[in-house]
Amino acid sequence: MIEIRFHGRGGQGAVVASNILADAAFKEGKYVQAFPYFGVERRGAPVTSFTRIDKDPIKIKSQVYKPNYIVVLDPTLMNVTDVTSGLDKDGIVLINSDKYPKYYNLSFKTATVDATSIAIENKLGSRMAPIVNTSILGAFAKISGEVMLESIVLAIKESAPSKKEENIKAAKQAYEKTIM
Amino acid sequence: MVKKIMTGNIAAAWGARLSRAEVIAAYPITPQTIIVEKLAQFVSDGELKAEYLHVESEHSAMAACIAASQTGARTFTATSSQGLVLMHELLHWASGARAPIVMANVNRALAPPWSVWVEHTDMMSQRDTGWIQFYAESNQEVLDTTIMCYKLCEDKDIQLPAMIGLDAFYLSHTSEIVDIPDQEKVDKFLPKFEPAYPLDVENPLSIGSLSMPHQWYPEFRYKIQEAMERVIPKLNKIEEEFYKEFGRKYTGPLELYNTEDAEVVLIISGAATGTVKETVDILRKKGIKVGVIRLRMFRPFPSDYLVKALSKISFIGVIDRSFSFGHEGAIYSEIKASLYGLNAPLIKNFIVGMGGRDITTDTITKIYENCFSCLKNNKIDIPVEWIDIKV
Amino acid sequence: MKRLEKLVSIKDLPEAPVSNVPSLNQKTGTWRVFRPIVDKEKCIKCSICWRCCPDISIEIDNEGFPIINYDYCKGCGICAHECPKTAISMDREGK
Ligand code: SF4
Ligand code: SF4
Repeated sequence: MIEIRFHGRGGQGAVVASNILADAAFKEGKYVQAFPYFGVERRGAPVTSFTRIDKDPIKIKSQVYKPNYIVVLDPTLMNVTDVTSGLDKDGIVLINSDKYPKYYNLSFKTATVDATSIAIENKLGSRMAPIVNTSILGAFAKISGEVMLESIVLAIKESAPSKKEENIKAAKQAYEKTIM
Repeated sequence: MVKKIMTGNIAAAWGARLSRAEVIAAYPITPQTIIVEKLAQFVSDGELKAEYLHVESEHSAMAACIAASQTGARTFTATSSQGLVLMHELLHWASGARAPIVMANVNRALAPPWSVWVEHTDMMSQRDTGWIQFYAESNQEVLDTTIMCYKLCEDKDIQLPAMIGLDAFYLSHTSEIVDIPDQEKVDKFLPKFEPAYPLDVENPLSIGSLSMPHQWYPEFRYKIQEAMERVIPKLNKIEEEFYKEFGRKYTGPLELYNTEDAEVVLIISGAATGTVKETVDILRKKGIKVGVIRLRMFRPFPSDYLVKALSKISFIGVIDRSFSFGHEGAIYSEIKASLYGLNAPLIKNFIVGMGGRDITTDTITKIYENCFSCLKNNKIDIPVEWIDIKV
Repeated sequence: MKRLEKLVSIKDLPEAPVSNVPSLNQKTGTWRVFRPIVDKEKCIKCSICWRCCPDISIEIDNEGFPIINYDYCKGCGICAHECPKTAISMDREGK
């Protein structure tokens, strides 16, 4: 089983991202589970959500404490949250950031993608509050190899309430532009 | 049949939709959930032909459901924690009037302090209201149980309401794969509701008028209990039929997991069962003989089934995610009572996960270890132990 | 469905506490000790008595006067108490 933890701020789409990722893996025939950290979601407040992916049915119903991947939707969270807490020693951190991975100087494998610019370019959300979840999922497909980009695209196509094409384009661009 | 990723809330709404609920009454404020929003959307999109009533409280929601049910409408509502306890008076009325209402309840802790997280106290404290009570483990089960409940509740031999508990967040907000059955098949499985005594202006009836002590009050109460006694046999039949139609097997009031040769068995209800099963798998790999029994149903209480399932077990740990203040966990009380006079094994109560405190495989491993150490000493250290209290 | 008062055993009972015996069968007029009598001379047809009767035993006739149905009037005196013109007197029954 692999476990992914998303860190974002209310309104950035972390919860939706965990769901789309689950849906993408489900489309590849895997068993999945996705859920928010069981908190009170408010715009701007730090938000955590989780995805579990397995080849067998998933029984466990507790929170994720030892994730294999960390996905950070907002670089400012790096300073306020211990995002790598519990991360497996071979785990990977994926950060939405315009910096190079080594800038963060983490003791884990680190990847970055400028999902904010990609989202703005594709007019996802507003300039002040871009919605980066679909871009970051494109990057996740690249760095993890756990799901195919095509499955992410398919899941976005089904679940995005609007701007389907723009979201898909953003995911594809992020896939290309991710640095690790 | 189509498989989709959905939360427990959405699964509950789909259950009501596929059952073709005709009247839905709800009060849409916290702690209410997406269940009723999704249903409102189904109705406004024309995907579900139902009368949707926005009422002014959960108490009124239940009142509306009772009246609607008695005119012969298939009726659904959903609530949670404070909302459920506000309904309390009318829950008694619904079962007394033998209205086969089906309700989804997102199991949440009661305030104060405020908590929107899981606990079973909300439903446990409705145990004497004459409602059939189910506790689900998965979103699929939420959907399937809703459909089966209508068949069960509307049966002429039963005519009782049922509530289906789904744990807050662990089911209500967690996305899982759910198989949505075909409407055609559901229609075949679940025929239209034919009420025994419909309210009809052409053929007037009064329901629930005064009964003097010398008249029929105790007899009507006795009849509720007689109906309750028919619930489990009827449920077994309905599940058999459901399996034939939809290919998913349910196992009556209990689900047994690795209990055959187990030395220690935990008994639990709700979503956390999944975590216990996971722990059982881990411990079994180390050769430790553990098992778990999931209580799918709390009312009627499946005493006979439990006695049978527990006959060869040396140690029972009962996990309650609720508490009866001044006493002990409610499931524990019931199980002890069921075993009275028999050659009962050692039995201990664990109070765990109140207010949504996460129940992890570590928590469950600790509980199994505790059971084994009691078993070794052939003595219960603390009969009712609160787990994970910060001391 | 059998009338509830004709039932002898639990086996005769319907599953739910329903009854098809109309409350019209309950002639509450036998409870009466005092009988309300309307004085049409004083009555101003305000229909307050009609509104206040707890047993729905007052009807209004074509001219607007209250008519008391003594099959059901239980003699509680509320109509007499509420009448603004003291147009209703309560007389002892059988006098
Ligand atoms: S005495 Fe009472 S019951 Fe009779 S008519 Fe007046 S208000 Fe009605
Ligand atoms: S309340 Fe008095 S005045 Fe008014 S209608 Fe009745 S009897 Fe007449």
